[in-house]
Amino acid sequence: MDALIIEATDETPKVVLDPGNNIFEFSGKSLPEDVTTFYGPVLEWLDGYGQSPNDKTIVKFNLVYFNTASSKLILDILFKLEEFYEDGNDISVEWHYQEEDEDMEEAGEEYADLVEMPLELKSYE
Amino acid sequence: MKENSFANSEFMDFVYSVHENMVKNDIMLIYEGEVNQDITKTFTTLTQKNLEESEANLPIKKRVYHVMVECLQNIGKHSDNAESGLPEIPGTGIFMVSRSPEGYYVITGNPVANSRIDEIAEMIETVNKMDKEEIKAYYKKKILESRISEKGGAGLGFIDIVKKTGNKIEFHFQKINDIASFFVMKTYIN
Repeated sequence: MDALIIEATDETPKVVLDPGNNIFEFSGKSLPEDVTTFYGPVLEWLDGYGQSPNDKTIVKFNLVYFNTASSKLILDILFKLEEFYEDGNDISVEWHYQEEDEDMEEAGEEYADLVEMPLELKSYE
Repeated sequence: MKENSFANSEFMDFVYSVHENMVKNDIMLIYEGEVNQDITKTFTTLTQKNLEESEANLPIKKRVYHVMVECLQNIGKHSDNAESGLPEIPGTGIFMVSRSPEGYYVITGNPVANSRIDEIAEMIETVNKMDKEEIKAYYKKKILESRISEKGGAGLGFIDIVKKTGNKIEFHFQKINDIASFFVMKTYIN
């Protein structure tokens, strides 16, 4: 399956969904004017990937900021990953946040409560 | 000597009084006009730079940024035309950020149709009444129920502002005419 790579902008995160190199990562900021247009292709890509995922998939979220509309789309992505997990695939999520950023930590905890799949919080300095 | 009409004009007094009031109230940013995505990006980038130089801690800086984005996108996406009362995208309004000894204020004002006043007031009053735990639970419930609207919002803005700042949202509707009112909202981040 072809990789989906979207470079970061001032208002959208960098997206790397690359099964060949086994890298799955969202990083940066997310406050697009139209979240559906930005995340639509990401969700579609994930649908395709879920048909034949790698033996082991770790999806990393390393976001510094996202607005409320993006928070809903992030949840949609997590629910999709949860489906693949429930289908018996080895898939997990890492939620990275800056150590002193308690709001981003809390956001990770909330997502961990909302989805039923392995979701690990990892802080960095 | 020829009289300098510019120096003695009311306009000069006006410019000076704006300056004085902005300094006195420690206003970092004030804007009146159309709020589109470019304006949102410009102001948030500018404020981010100003905040980076300030001594506030990281969560406060990020909360100011966060509240600014939500408030600007509120004006941009949820304003109505003051004459017709119909949705106007991008919306037009006033946006202010000021400093206080312990924190920051984000103040917005934009026209909304009078028919929407009750709904907006109820949304804010609902979250203003909640304590920290209640609002966390409410947020989780709402994010699960939420659908991205045609306007591109998740309907979580007010909830998230109160949840992140821990402060109530102050608000008021100033009647413009029989069709619309000026919706002013003030958020404190400390």
